[in-house]
Amino acid sequence: MAIGSPLRKRGFRPARALLSSQFALMSEYRAEIALWALSGLLPFIMLALWRQAPAGAALGLGSLGLDRYFLSAYLVRQFSVVWVVFAFEEDALLGRLSPYLLQPLHPLWRYVAAHLAEQLTRLPFAAVIAAVFFLINPGAFWLPSVGQFVLAALATLGAFAIAFLLQSLIAALCFFSEKASALERLLFVPYLFFSGLLAPLAAFPQGVRAWAQWTPFPWLIDFPARLLAGLPVALGVGFAAELAWIAVLLPLALLLWRAGVRRYTAMGA
Amino acid sequence: MAALRRYLLTLRRFWGTALAGQLEYQLNVVLELLAAIANLAGSVFILSLFFGQERALGGWSWQQALVVQGVYTLLDGVASTWLRPNLGAIVTHVREGTLDFVLLKPIDSQFWLSLRTLSPAGLSEIALGLGLIAWAAPRAGATFRASGLALALLVLLAALVTLYSLWFLLATTSIWFVKTWNATEVLRAALTAGRFPISAYPPGLRLLFTVVLPVAFLTTVPAEMLLGRGSAPLLGAALLVAGVSFGLSRAFWRFALGHYTSASS
Repeated sequence: MAIGSPLRKRGFRPARALLSSQFALMSEYRAEIALWALSGLLPFIMLALWRQAPAGAALGLGSLGLDRYFLSAYLVRQFSVVWVVFAFEEDALLGRLSPYLLQPLHPLWRYVAAHLAEQLTRLPFAAVIAAVFFLINPGAFWLPSVGQFVLAALATLGAFAIAFLLQSLIAALCFFSEKASALERLLFVPYLFFSGLLAPLAAFPQGVRAWAQWTPFPWLIDFPARLLAGLPVALGVGFAAELAWIAVLLPLALLLWRAGVRRYTAMGA
Repeated sequence: MAALRRYLLTLRRFWGTALAGQLEYQLNVVLELLAAIANLAGSVFILSLFFGQERALGGWSWQQALVVQGVYTLLDGVASTWLRPNLGAIVTHVREGTLDFVLLKPIDSQFWLSLRTLSPAGLSEIALGLGLIAWAAPRAGATFRASGLALALLVLLAALVTLYSLWFLLATTSIWFVKTWNATEVLRAALTAGRFPISAYPPGLRLLFTVVLPVAFLTTVPAEMLLGRGSAPLLGAALLVAGVSFGLSRAFWRFALGHYTSASS
């Protein structure tokens, strides 16, 4: 079952139905999603530290640059959060996956739609938090130009795609082992420390930064956040890296998924 | 005395069965250990970014800040081992109505809900935290004497009680708002501020983290004590915060139970 073929055949009707039903579903969980948006406040705690510390001044971003970087990091994170492995593990264990597999649509599309719908529900909460940030800190206010905004949105979409594919790889392992989501903890650790959520990559020692750039993580937060904040950034390199990671991960995820479905016995793993 | 013995015996049964159940998943223990080590390495790396040549973070030297990090790791481990598995289950009890059974038992319901199970998930973090403290504290100039160590342990215990009470207060709200169980995630996120000494924050946040959300008493104050920089007022404040938080959690639980109407309503 090739990913994408149903959409090509029948136009965008299934996509629209999937998205609007998932949006209705997610809207029921507004309170929870608001709390999730709040629980992502870590970048602001780090901002307070970096602004206060002498090491922050040595970064060369200026205090405005720091403010905007961390607000952007928060926003990028909000719109690239991925939880497919948890949803999938539950569906597989409870047997809900079986009817999904019978449908003429790759089940991963369902999760993609759920994520996009959830991001849409997050939008107002993220906007409120950005507004509060500017109220407390009016000097940091900026509006990115249309071009900047579009590029940052594309980079965030790329970050979401990479994170989604990485987690789908782990999710596909649920076909082989019951507790594959424990592996997600191992994936989250380098994400947390090398993505730029806690410190801009510019703060890393030269050697670590050079090494980190060969992993997918800096392109998930640091690159889109710098774009959105209007900080100097290597555009071509960033987008090329995102595309390269997508090109590597997409076939891997699909292959592993196909091998997994063959082992699937409809009774848990 | 007989009541205390009964409670201790119950506790042994609780934890014995919990550990026996969890040890079936041995691979998970290995994964948790790996994740804990990687997590600590990453945290220390981020902390190191604040220290260059002779820089300090809020007046704390590198080794002193590592003691704070150690205390944080220890508490986080305790949270994974003890608080998350127990207090995270409260919402399920409320939603499915099994809280009724808990309330009917001839044992204090807060005791039952708070200490029912243990998960070995955080044990590796506890060990790592203790190791980091033991490594960094002497290098930061701490001299351990029996009395000082006893005081430091007392303050650590107070920090644990404070952490538990904050967590339990939030978990109790699930009696009314079943859907806001994620509130504990917000608490966890806010508590990560405790990775760093409180004096590294701007004054407004410092006030917030001392008075409103007592993060300062969770990691910075125990670290001060471990480093032998504690004072009587600091000790008194830590004990007071712990006592008040615990009293509040207990009072709030009783109040919440008054509003509990079982699952069907």
